[in-house]
Amino acid sequence: MHIPDGFVDAPVSLAAGAIAIGGVAIALRQAGKDDLAARAPMTGLVAAFIFAAQMVNFPVASGTSGHLLGGLLAAVLVGPWLGSLAVTTVLVVQCLLFADGGVSALGLNVVNMAFIPTFIGYGLFVLVRRVVPATRAGVLAATAVAALASVALASLGFTIEYALGGNGAAPVGAVAVAMVAVHVVIGIGEAVITTLTVGAVLASRPDLVHGARDVERRRLVGPATA
Amino acid sequence: MSTRTWAFVLIGLLVAIALAVGVSRFSSAEPDGLEKVASEHALDTGEAAHATAGGPLADYTTRGVDDPGLSKGVAGIVGVVVTFALAGGLVGFARISHRRRPAEPT
Repeated sequence: MHIPDGFVDAPVSLAAGAIAIGGVAIALRQAGKDDLAARAPMTGLVAAFIFAAQMVNFPVASGTSGHLLGGLLAAVLVGPWLGSLAVTTVLVVQCLLFADGGVSALGLNVVNMAFIPTFIGYGLFVLVRRVVPATRAGVLAATAVAALASVALASLGFTIEYALGGNGAAPVGAVAVAMVAVHVVIGIGEAVITTLTVGAVLASRPDLVHGARDVERRRLVGPATA
Repeated sequence: MSTRTWAFVLIGLLVAIALAVGVSRFSSAEPDGLEKVASEHALDTGEAAHATAGGPLADYTTRGVDDPGLSKGVAGIVGVVVTFALAGGLVGFARISHRRRPAEPT
């Protein structure tokens, strides 16, 4: 979902860049607080894992592929502040070192992939957790739902940017339908990978899952011991 | 951080390198969702060449390494190490600068 240079005009790209810089500044301020900063190595690991996972595109229907966005995964593991910093780091490295995602589109990509899934997606995760039991199964169900939705929401983010300053001539409605349709399918892959990863961390180190820090340990480590 | 957590981070990094070096060989070469929609709806009419397309690791290949799998693998290892160091370092830096700030009401 990395937007190349030239898809969206300069004013909208610049505005997204300003939002990205402001958001990173706020997240860095939050990250400086002690309880968060102790998780610096985990934030590094989350970023490295998402970078690696994004090198693996999985096939979806009709000659299309998708890859993990990872924003919701990051937020569940280290919280939305550190999670948004982790994904932003991935996007900056991909853009500058690997020529993936346009330099002028970096702000757009940060908004769509580092902010929307970590903040709106994680908000949805918290909401779903309120209506499911505080158990391993409940945490994983909320993870799956929010992961799928986070990809569809990110594709809507692109659609809004296209509506505001897209250089193409296609009607916004058609782009919205096409983007959401394909990204709901990609979102199923996102939900599978995210749920498997969170499940693996819960099984070995439940204390390292930010999104489950309120749940008793005995309810997290697996059906055998629940 | 405890030794156990550092061990967890180290194992996690090995998993990431396995993904970037091993599993990435099986990555689908089909266009991703955005690329597909862009080509079908002609959203890419204004697409410009990437500013860093001439870089030594552009498009996840390592310049000068001929074997495609190895070329991608080297790029993947560099990416994993750089993202880990930058993201972890960023949070560590945020903590140091926070401590230097004068005390504020909490």
